[in-house]
Amino acid sequence: MEAVYNLLIGLQTALSPFNLTVLVAGLFVGTFVGVLPGLGGANGVAILIPVTFRLPPTSAVILLAAIYWGALFGGVITSILFNIPGEPWSVATCFDGYPMAKKGKACEALTTAFCSHFFGAMVATLILTFAAPIVAEFTLMFGPPETFAVMMLTFSALVSLGGMSPVKSVVSTLLGFIMAAVGIDIVTGRLRLTFGSTELMGGFSFIVAVIGLFGLGEVFMTVEEGLRLEGVSVRMGVRTVFQTMAQLPRFWRTYIRGALIGCWMGIKPGGATPASFMSYGFAKQFSKNPEEFGTGTIEGVIAPEVAAHAAGVSATLPMITLGIPGSPTMAVILGGLMMWGLQPGPMLFKENPEFVWGLIGSIWVANAIGVVMVLCFVPFFASILRAPFSILMPSIVFVCAIGAYAVNNRMIDIWYMILFGFVGMAFKKLDYPIAPMVLALVLGDMAESAMRQSLVMSQGSPLIFFNRPIAGIVNGLAVLFFFWPLVTVLRDRIRKKLRAPVDA
Amino acid sequence: MSKQQLPKSWRWAVVAALVVGLVGFWGGIAAAAWQPTKSVEFVVPAGTGGGADIMARFIFPLVEKHKLSPQPLIVVNRSGGAGAEGFMHVKEKKGDPHVITLTLDNLFTTPLATGVPFNWKDLTPVGRLALDWFVLWVNAESPYKTAKEYFDAVKREPSKFKMGGTGTAQEDQIITIQMEQAFGLKFIYVPFKGGGDVAVSLVGKHTDSTVNNPSEAVGHWKAGRLRPLAVVDRERIPLPEWDKIPTMKEATGFDMGYTMLRGIFMPPAVSKEAQEWYVDLFRKVTETPEWKKYLADNALKPAFLAGSDYPKWLEEKETLTKDLMKKGGLVK
Repeated sequence: MEAVYNLLIGLQTALSPFNLTVLVAGLFVGTFVGVLPGLGGANGVAILIPVTFRLPPTSAVILLAAIYWGALFGGVITSILFNIPGEPWSVATCFDGYPMAKKGKACEALTTAFCSHFFGAMVATLILTFAAPIVAEFTLMFGPPETFAVMMLTFSALVSLGGMSPVKSVVSTLLGFIMAAVGIDIVTGRLRLTFGSTELMGGFSFIVAVIGLFGLGEVFMTVEEGLRLEGVSVRMGVRTVFQTMAQLPRFWRTYIRGALIGCWMGIKPGGATPASFMSYGFAKQFSKNPEEFGTGTIEGVIAPEVAAHAAGVSATLPMITLGIPGSPTMAVILGGLMMWGLQPGPMLFKENPEFVWGLIGSIWVANAIGVVMVLCFVPFFASILRAPFSILMPSIVFVCAIGAYAVNNRMIDIWYMILFGFVGMAFKKLDYPIAPMVLALVLGDMAESAMRQSLVMSQGSPLIFFNRPIAGIVNGLAVLFFFWPLVTVLRDRIRKKLRAPVDA
Repeated sequence: MSKQQLPKSWRWAVVAALVVGLVGFWGGIAAAAWQPTKSVEFVVPAGTGGGADIMARFIFPLVEKHKLSPQPLIVVNRSGGAGAEGFMHVKEKKGDPHVITLTLDNLFTTPLATGVPFNWKDLTPVGRLALDWFVLWVNAESPYKTAKEYFDAVKREPSKFKMGGTGTAQEDQIITIQMEQAFGLKFIYVPFKGGGDVAVSLVGKHTDSTVNNPSEAVGHWKAGRLRPLAVVDRERIPLPEWDKIPTMKEATGFDMGYTMLRGIFMPPAVSKEAQEWYVDLFRKVTETPEWKKYLADNALKPAFLAGSDYPKWLEEKETLTKDLMKKGGLVK
């Protein structure tokens, strides 16, 4: 009950006229920043840090957090309309969101995404409000072996995503792993695959790769197929928004599964990106009609969105309780905390409760206001697709280039983006799946260091992945899901065989 | 009559004001010799959220608040290759006075470990801002109350105790090897990406000890989750609470010291005036009350150093680091 009392105080802080103004302003800026891929939350927050210097700490962090929440909403828009994931965790949203927009269902896709986003964020905020200390303890149980197990579970969820040819999926995954290996090797401290080039030392930025593979690749395909965008016939209007909302409760299973995966991943150890992929993968595996995934099904939008945003919100928890930022944006906010003389870490709750609860209160308020705000604009966003092709396509390429440049302020990233654009096109033409490569690129690094750290800890014995309780269970699940398609195939065959003599 | 005369103390005040004004005026002219004409690229050769990054992101608003620079310092992370990417970037900006970088000990360790063609002498030194202490930490629930007890336990069972640290062939591992050689121990060294992860892995008992910097572990210490055993320096940390931690010599009888640089550099071949402007800027930064509070909060050693003493100190530090890395088998 103490939590309820604290939350009320927090809400009171967040709802004071001044803080409310700050919050709405932050949401606006954030949504705008989020629409530009690559600029993303981290940069938006970093640019505005000096502005916050004139505000009291609580208002300042509310402003920064509001920009972050706004950017999360904004990132969805480009994924669905143009197949450009603004943030790594929006990649899975593209899988079904963009096909929906192509079919003229942009309004439905956006509404679904925003509502799912809201639901995920709310579940995570509930946990944050009432279970923060318990969850912080849970976080501590995850060492390198557990982290590795979670990575395996994410990969296993995606077995179903491979498409027709397993060999092609393996090729795609391995290419992703190779790219993830470029840069420093954390265990030996040596450089790998950089060939003496300074540019390659930083490795391949994930965002640059996906902007190229998805956004630019799609532009190239469209240009080749005859300079036409099918989204022109988009249905718009507030009625579509409400009709879509009325449909959503039917998918409660996907919602709950996604929110749980998201909260778990956000707290430790994966973050929003594996959460969105895992949720999408499992939604497909458990779905009654998995063949519809990837062609523009509503469930394929719900699953990654719920999980990504549940994870996005719950990532604040390790930052507040342990002083570990869950995302780059959180890292920048963390720097801000120290600037205001606050010490992030386990003592923050005790020493500056008004600050922590003000922040938690602002999450409630920001998401409630944010979802109404973006829903109002859905018809407007969707109408962008009606712009003439000759204006739309150059604008998309322009936005892609800005996004790729903004990630590291490097010109070379724009060249990488163009290169990845051609790779994306080639993959589509040759029917290689892009998703496994993207996932290997984003998680390869994390999975590799977790595995090698674990093996250093156990002095080379792989038993460490199975004889620790959490790691063992999660790894067991991963193995099960990995072979799940095989199990179903075998089961079908055995059934057929059993039936065969009868038929004969 | 007497009413028209200013009180004595006032007259002094007027004189003082004139003196201050004049000094300020001359100071103004001297500073006007060179100053940035566009925004300054503040390169952090490390990722977001680490020690160097947080310090840079702290300095930027501080400079804005006290109006110390006519142009903003824009923080840019170039973390690739354990900082090598950032160092090479600054090195390539030859003669550009609108680029500065804030570096830690990876200035020495990264080129040695990775073999990139870079040495700190390729850059123009500006100033040393502070030094970072190292403390030996164990989990508060572990039975070891002193460094001696802990080392005895490690000695009894070689290759059982895990020491967590940031990166490989960098300061944490150097210190670990120093300990191993001094006391005849054998740790399993587990590298992590950042100091925050290192501290949390110790709180979660995935490792047995760390040599975290004070700022990385202070929150967990205050929360009663970690226990400091010894400061890796010849003197105690002169701050309240911290001064209760014994030095390595007091705790084990063996003298051991290692502190980490936090310093500012510019690209090669920049003008003397520009270099002096930055020296002046960072001296002013280190004199602000916010800076002093920041150092105390994070238990950093105030140690501003500029001019010809700075390169001399760097030279010694480089020799020492190289020597330790060679002894530890981290460089061939």
